[in-house]
Amino acid sequence: MNEITIGIPRALLYYKYHVLWENFFQELGINLIISPKTNKEIIEKGSSYVVDEACLSLKIFMGHVAYLQDKCDYLFIPRFACLKEKEKLCTNFLALYDLVHNSFPHLKLLNFNVDKEKKEEQIDGLLEIATSLGFSYLHALRAIEKAKDKEEEYYQKKENNLKNKLLNQDLKIMVVAHPYNLYDEFIGKPIINYLEKENIKVITSDIKQKKINTKGISDTLYWTYNKELISFINTYKDQVDGIILISTFPCGPDSLANELIIRKVKNIPISYIVVDNNSSDTGLITRLESFIDIIKLKGGKLNA
Amino acid sequence: MPKPIISFPHLGNYSIPITFFLEKTTNAEVMIAPPITKKTIELGSKYSPDFVCLPFKYNLGNFIESLETGANILVQAGGGCRYGCYGEVQKQILKDLGYNFEFLSLMDNGKVSIFSIYKALKKLNKNLFFLKYFYYLLLTMLMLFFMDKIENFIRLNIGFETIKNSFKTKEKEMLNQFKQTKGFLSLIYNYLKYKSQFKHIKINKPKDCLKIGIIGELYTSMEQFSSYFIEENLAKFNIQVKRFTNLTYLLVKKKLVKKKLLREVKKYVTYDLGADGLDNVARAKYLIKKKYDGIIHIKPFGCTPEIGAIPIINKVCKDYKMPIIYFSFDAQNSDEGIKTRLEALVDMLERKRK
Repeated sequence: MNEITIGIPRALLYYKYHVLWENFFQELGINLIISPKTNKEIIEKGSSYVVDEACLSLKIFMGHVAYLQDKCDYLFIPRFACLKEKEKLCTNFLALYDLVHNSFPHLKLLNFNVDKEKKEEQIDGLLEIATSLGFSYLHALRAIEKAKDKEEEYYQKKENNLKNKLLNQDLKIMVVAHPYNLYDEFIGKPIINYLEKENIKVITSDIKQKKINTKGISDTLYWTYNKELISFINTYKDQVDGIILISTFPCGPDSLANELIIRKVKNIPISYIVVDNNSSDTGLITRLESFIDIIKLKGGKLNA
Repeated sequence: MPKPIISFPHLGNYSIPITFFLEKTTNAEVMIAPPITKKTIELGSKYSPDFVCLPFKYNLGNFIESLETGANILVQAGGGCRYGCYGEVQKQILKDLGYNFEFLSLMDNGKVSIFSIYKALKKLNKNLFFLKYFYYLLLTMLMLFFMDKIENFIRLNIGFETIKNSFKTKEKEMLNQFKQTKGFLSLIYNYLKYKSQFKHIKINKPKDCLKIGIIGELYTSMEQFSSYFIEENLAKFNIQVKRFTNLTYLLVKKKLVKKKLLREVKKYVTYDLGADGLDNVARAKYLIKKKYDGIIHIKPFGCTPEIGAIPIINKVCKDYKMPIIYFSFDAQNSDEGIKTRLEALVDMLERKRK
């Protein structure tokens, strides 16, 4: 029983919940294999499984699945439909399970469904997986509790880290993106790395917020993850010097949510970077350089 | 205060029942947006976010042209995937462009419902009684239902008319009569009258004609301009066309059949795919079962739910050896390119038969 290996693609919601998921499976004593960081090959592979105009993040996810396909017994493919009442998620998260199931018919998938409207939360899904793999209910429950504690600790640390950075006198730039874009080696990582190299304090949007406040930017938006990002901007925008929004082409929710952000957040420089298959590093760095110059110019910190 | 003039985005022939409904319930003047042209989509694209889906751009183009011709109240509905967020963003874009107008969203709490529409209309007409509203809502729904029934009939037969344009002229005549609807009786009378007239239009339809099913996203299915008049083009090839999406389906039927659809395609789909994704997988399966010759899947560029559904639809069609072709419309397709692809499809299907 302990010899099975579960593969988790390092893409999409992995970046948001990896602490919970990894710790949960480790507590159960299951071997985990996480696909490596995104590289060109993974993107190319992934692109062949979906339509050309699918968003880059989805292509990357499929690439990671393709990487894992012959390396594990089960694949962990989350299907997230709804996390809060009256709110939605991008339809890609709804279709993910069936998408993988049809593109890789030979793979064994773990059925992990999260749908608040049907009263199925993450805990229920994880419990179901554990019991279907032959673990006792109590064992699984204990594993979840431990994993939850670890997750809490992780996000607490993140928040403390963020607060420390905000106290700093250096230039501070807020980078706002879905965690799977923020930390992907191909999408957000190069941006964060560049900013840090320039001695800029990077305030990333991936912390847990107790209260979601989208006032002033949107009253009707219903995407849970985008609401979190907007709320993050609302909370911290007065403490930073500039905002960088990152999205992948052509992200559905971002196309509208970011438009509202750009139109409604005033008095602070915003740069909107959209990454696709063919984005180049040089173009990116030029844009970041000029954005930083603008901020410095505005704050009188540029030595001409 | 200027005289209120209401306008709303186009959606095929549905502007007729929508106008009828708004006129009766608000007592205000209702202006149908200027007909969609290339200019409309150019305007819409110019001011829309870069990679938003195409219907957003058409809707925005409609709004701009309506405002330019005198409208001052804009109505937008919502629902499904991104559509529910159109209103807020469009309102902001138009405000930033400097237009002065009132924006009326039919949604409340993220949903369009009988009560949310009533609440919205109340803002325009304080004296609107719920019963009166409900009466006209039912009447309009029945009109939609009749229109959809007739349209379905037309699609099956228009490819075989012996006198050119006989279906289109008759349809126009019928819609003009529908505009003057006085109540349920006159509507039902007109429907029955035209139904029999449509049945008597001369056609020359062979028993084994080519049959094609159109599946896909809803806006491109219903607003023919956005699909470069794909149905008209197909009719020219003498083909029987079946299309599933219409307002009757979306407003009434969709909710009722969801569980059934999931059962029918459970080999391929375990969960709802969002928007019309699941519906389209099931439609592909249905067309295969009914021995159609081919499937055309249409969607606007960037439609996320369909992007998620296409690989699954493709798998279904592959398993059953069903020919399928995909069209993704954007603002700059060429008419000729689309016609060529359709021609090639029809050629292929005809050859396959022999």
